[in-house]
Amino acid sequence: MYDILTNIFGNQIVAYIIGAALPLFVWILPFVLFAVLGERKVSAHMQDRLGPMRVGYHGILQTVADLLKLLQKEDIVTPAADRKLFNLAPYIVFLGSYAAFAAIPFSSIYIGSGIEVGIFYILAVSSFVVVGILMGGWASDNKYSLLGAMRSAAQIVSYEIPTAIVVLTLVMLTGTLNLNTISQQQTAYFWNWNILGGAAGSGITQILLIPFMVIAFVILFISTLAEVNRTPFDIPEAESELVAGFHTEYSGMKFAMFFLSEYANMFAVSAIVVTLFFGGYQSPFGYLGNSLGIPWLIPVEQLFWFLAKGVFFVFVQMWLRWTLPRLRVDQLMTVCWKYLIPYAVFNLLIVGIISLL
Amino acid sequence: MKKYLKNTWDGIWTVLIGMKVTFKHLFVPAVTIQYPDVKLPLPERARNRLYVNIDDCIGCLQCERACPVDCIHIDTVKGLPTDDLGTTSNGKKKALWVTKFEIDIAKCCYCSLCVYPCPTECIYMTDVYEFSEYKRQDLIYNFSTLTPNEVEQKKINYEKFMAEKAAAKAKAAAEKAAAAKAKPPVDPNKNNQKSE
Repeated sequence: MYDILTNIFGNQIVAYIIGAALPLFVWILPFVLFAVLGERKVSAHMQDRLGPMRVGYHGILQTVADLLKLLQKEDIVTPAADRKLFNLAPYIVFLGSYAAFAAIPFSSIYIGSGIEVGIFYILAVSSFVVVGILMGGWASDNKYSLLGAMRSAAQIVSYEIPTAIVVLTLVMLTGTLNLNTISQQQTAYFWNWNILGGAAGSGITQILLIPFMVIAFVILFISTLAEVNRTPFDIPEAESELVAGFHTEYSGMKFAMFFLSEYANMFAVSAIVVTLFFGGYQSPFGYLGNSLGIPWLIPVEQLFWFLAKGVFFVFVQMWLRWTLPRLRVDQLMTVCWKYLIPYAVFNLLIVGIISLL
Repeated sequence: MKKYLKNTWDGIWTVLIGMKVTFKHLFVPAVTIQYPDVKLPLPERARNRLYVNIDDCIGCLQCERACPVDCIHIDTVKGLPTDDLGTTSNGKKKALWVTKFEIDIAKCCYCSLCVYPCPTECIYMTDVYEFSEYKRQDLIYNFSTLTPNEVEQKKINYEKFMAEKAAAKAKAAAEKAAAAKAKPPVDPNKNNQKSE
């Protein structure tokens, strides 16, 4: 991919900068605009309402109008706030969620950085979000912000454990940390996807693996949902208890950055789930480019399948949000420590035994 | 252990049931009404903004008297015998110029008590309910169709007419008095009969 960009722009540095900025401007910003509206529409229709209807056809330009409004808003910093940390926090949060996109394979030719430790890097770098959130909550000098930030830190740190164990299960099965390689292993048809046993196993092993892969998927989905602070795990910003949690004191563009990183994060964790379990960018039915004999169509199709699967899981996250009420703090910890972690560990053992067979 | 497994199963199963319910609701038609574009039909006898059909008003002040919050103010000037004020829709002849008919709709309590006594049914409730204004002054509705000049003219006309009438009366009285002086009455009964 970088070769193509270097050929176009003639300079390697420029090519790398553009390659790094591509996901942000080509995908994340349009996706956030679409996802915020989608969230409001999904919530509205699940509650038999209509949602935004006035700006554009069925309100499709509502988010654009909201963004313009946020741009014009006064940038308030409270007098008691720690200015430096307060101003830095939203960008650190966004940095954490955007850095994860570097190792996500969007297509076989587009991967920001094809590093061998891809999934490990993503798990590590997404912890940046905790730093940003704690920073924002602390610097706001507001009890609600601080409480929200503390809860958020406790939650994200706890839920990283089941995530890591499930990722370990997958790494053990596939034998690699590289997300691109994991995607390539699940090529051809959907029965090669890891959720259905993966391509590595043969015959009976693959069938034996299916229930355990489903369990692994459920655990990973729940714990990543908790890591991005979405309902039913949104206690860091529980509006009925904490006003708005860690971003209570933020306004204008800084608030928009928190919002942007929340939605970017939603897609990032969906992308991880898709890559690990649902074939990454692989098409479930084979490629049109292959049957028509047009080789350049294949990466485009792969991009389409990847984004479609990712958006589907974002939809499932929204669906869950408007289905379930928020968990209590002790329930949240119970779910993580008493249920997810034991299941994840047993799952790891059983998958290990099966893959030895 | 059995309870633990059952808890897990219940947790997952109940979430799936909940998701099924919300998914079904995705396809249930919305109950929202796009208000300014689509409006619910009002009940037949809904009471909203008052309206006065001033062509039918005879200036009888019955509505003003019926109003419990005194939001109706009416001034009238008597018409001259030579003026043609027209008739109301139910055939009554109008005798008064309605020089002022103001309803302070900000005060109106929509009780509809002014509607019942109206003899010509010219004041009634309409189904208009969107009439908010930025200034309170704009909520005082004036239904009189006469311009201030016309009102002034009517008043002057009436005063002139009354003055003429008074003058005529005075003149008649003076003549009478003169006649009486010239020929003092002898018999009051006789005089009465004469005047008849």
